[in-house]
Amino acid sequence: MVLVYIDQADQQIKKASLEALSYGAAIAKQLGCATEALIAGTVKENLAELGNYGAQKVHQLKNEALNSLDVKAHSTIIAAAAKSLNATVVVFAHNINGKAIAPAVAVRLGAGIVTGACSLPNTQNGFEVTKTVFSGKAFATIKIETPIKVIAINQNSFGIQNHNQAASVEEINIPIPAASIKITKVEKIEGEIPLTEANLVVSGGRGLKGPENWGILLDLAKALGAATACSRPVSDSDWRPHHEHVGQTGIQIAPNLYIAIGISGAIQHLAGVNRSKTIVVINKDPEAPFFKAADYGVVGDAFEIVPKLTAAILKMKSTA
Amino acid sequence: MKILVCISKTPDTTAKIAFIEGNTKFDESGVQWIINPYDEWYALVRAIELKEKDPSTIIHLVTVGGVEAEPIIRKALALGGDEAIRIDSNSNDSFTVANEIAQVAKEGAYDLIFTGKETIDYNSACIGSMLSALLDLPFVSLADHFDVTGNTATIKREIESGEETCEATLPMIVSCQKGMAEQRIPNMRGIMAARTKPLKVLTPAASTATTSIQIFDLPPTKSGVKLIDPENMDELVRLLKEEAKVI
Ligand SMILES: Cc1cc2nc3c(=O)[nH]c(=O)nc-3n(C[C@H](O)[C@H](O)[C@H](O)COP(=O)(O)OP(=O)(O)OC[C@H]3O[C@@H](n4cnc5c(N)ncnc54)[C@H](O)[C@@H]3O)c2cc1C
Ligand SMILES: Nc1ncnc2c1ncn2[C@@H]1O[C@H](COP(=O)(O)O)[C@@H](O)[C@H]1O
Repeated sequence: MVLVYIDQADQQIKKASLEALSYGAAIAKQLGCATEALIAGTVKENLAELGNYGAQKVHQLKNEALNSLDVKAHSTIIAAAAKSLNATVVVFAHNINGKAIAPAVAVRLGAGIVTGACSLPNTQNGFEVTKTVFSGKAFATIKIETPIKVIAINQNSFGIQNHNQAASVEEINIPIPAASIKITKVEKIEGEIPLTEANLVVSGGRGLKGPENWGILLDLAKALGAATACSRPVSDSDWRPHHEHVGQTGIQIAPNLYIAIGISGAIQHLAGVNRSKTIVVINKDPEAPFFKAADYGVVGDAFEIVPKLTAAILKMKSTA
Repeated sequence: MKILVCISKTPDTTAKIAFIEGNTKFDESGVQWIINPYDEWYALVRAIELKEKDPSTIIHLVTVGGVEAEPIIRKALALGGDEAIRIDSNSNDSFTVANEIAQVAKEGAYDLIFTGKETIDYNSACIGSMLSALLDLPFVSLADHFDVTGNTATIKREIESGEETCEATLPMIVSCQKGMAEQRIPNMRGIMAARTKPLKVLTPAASTATTSIQIFDLPPTKSGVKLIDPENMDELVRLLKEEAKVI
């Protein structure tokens, strides 16, 4: 059986987990076995609807203490659940929670793990999973040598697939270990689309000259419904918040569309965005290295081009 | 307080990524090795800052790597840290690496273990979490602030919906990212001192790898950029909608 861990934040199921569930269901189909989901804590959604993403059964560890991340507690109970349910493959989203928990679960299960997986396993000859390495500059195919396998799937690499079924929901009882950390304060990023979950991202670099010029970029993001990002020098100079920094040493993202404005395209920047499906580069220097990684390019002054692009988008949306 | 900082080596961020032996091995020829940026800039520097506040703090560095990792661990010693341990293994299996570090951690009875967020070559983000299971200790990932008073650590971490402050009792494991500390450059005194700091080399414990790399591939190269007339943004919008189908 393939067991998919459904991760939540703020009592809401993360989109990345629905993708992980679709991925897990595809593995189960390949192996000819069932797909089940495991959720820890309490969420607002109707869990039977997880059937729409491929789950036949949902196991819920209904305890509010599990609504926030405690790796020791979560990894202990997930491993215990996987054992008692006889899971042979355990799937996580490779997002903040998945990265924190999955490797500990693998150890507790004596299972080999591949994190950052980007395609379905090849089960012809053993069990091989391809993952991104060198910050998206290459792929490695890894053989998992243990009877139980753990996989954490990259966000936006498989897609969400619809299954037309309802899942049965059961409560599962596993003793919950004492909390190993105490949460004293939570600061939520309100109203913004989290960068790693965004389908569309508009990003600015040093070419925008200063934080006072970000208005044109924010207008474009708003017109598109996109999240915003920036290059490292921009966040290092505090023009933009640190959580917007993408790249080798920042966040790695893989949206459907990445629009880079006034960013040169240094290799360390590309390492964070090169998995984007479509890249648009706006830069006044036709020799900027970013054009080599781009699908569409506009050579010219961002201060003139970006407002025109925003207007064109608004026009398209009003006539669509 | 006794801190263990996990240091890994990675190719320089501008290194050419190429493979040899039928794409089964990373081509290391001409590659300049650096300390993994998260380990150096954040984990190690924060440990040094804690020692600057409380000079009784002891910092040990550990790396699992072949002899080519020695210049890297020496550079880390030049930044700070009292002694280093190199476990002589070239394993690429996260479980094997974590297991080696866990042995060292058990021997040393550390109060705190720092790792980086992930290595920039294999991008596994596994070691900290695995250590927490192997040692059955609390683990806080993606920390960008860390302070300690007595036995209680206060940590700020990134979570799915924002930022969270939490407390935990030592011993514990923390994976470090941007915000923890500011990058430092080793000075001459540090470099001289590092030459005589102890660097112990241990033979690896026997453990069975759980994974093995079969083959590497490079992504297909982009077919080439389509340039759009800056006066015709309607055309760009049309292409994004009809050709790329992303908006
Ligand atoms: C170890 C290491 C790790 C790093 N990690 C990261 C990382 O994670 N993320 C990251 O981003 N960087 C990272 N860097 C830094 C990286 O090497 C570059 O220095 C950085 O990405 C450059 O940022 P930029 O493109 O915003 O600025 P610049 O390189 O200064 O580029 C500005 C661009 O704006 C263009 N421009 C100027 N004016 C206009 C205008 N009016 N209209 C349109 N275009 C204009 C210019 O032609 C230029 O191409 C790292 C570096 C190192 C050494
Ligand atoms: N070979 C190694 N030796 C020592 N520490 C390591 C090694 N590999 C990884 N680490 C530590 O674990 C962190 C996460 O690495 P990884 O799980 O490999 O992405 C790194 O930032 C290092 O702090």
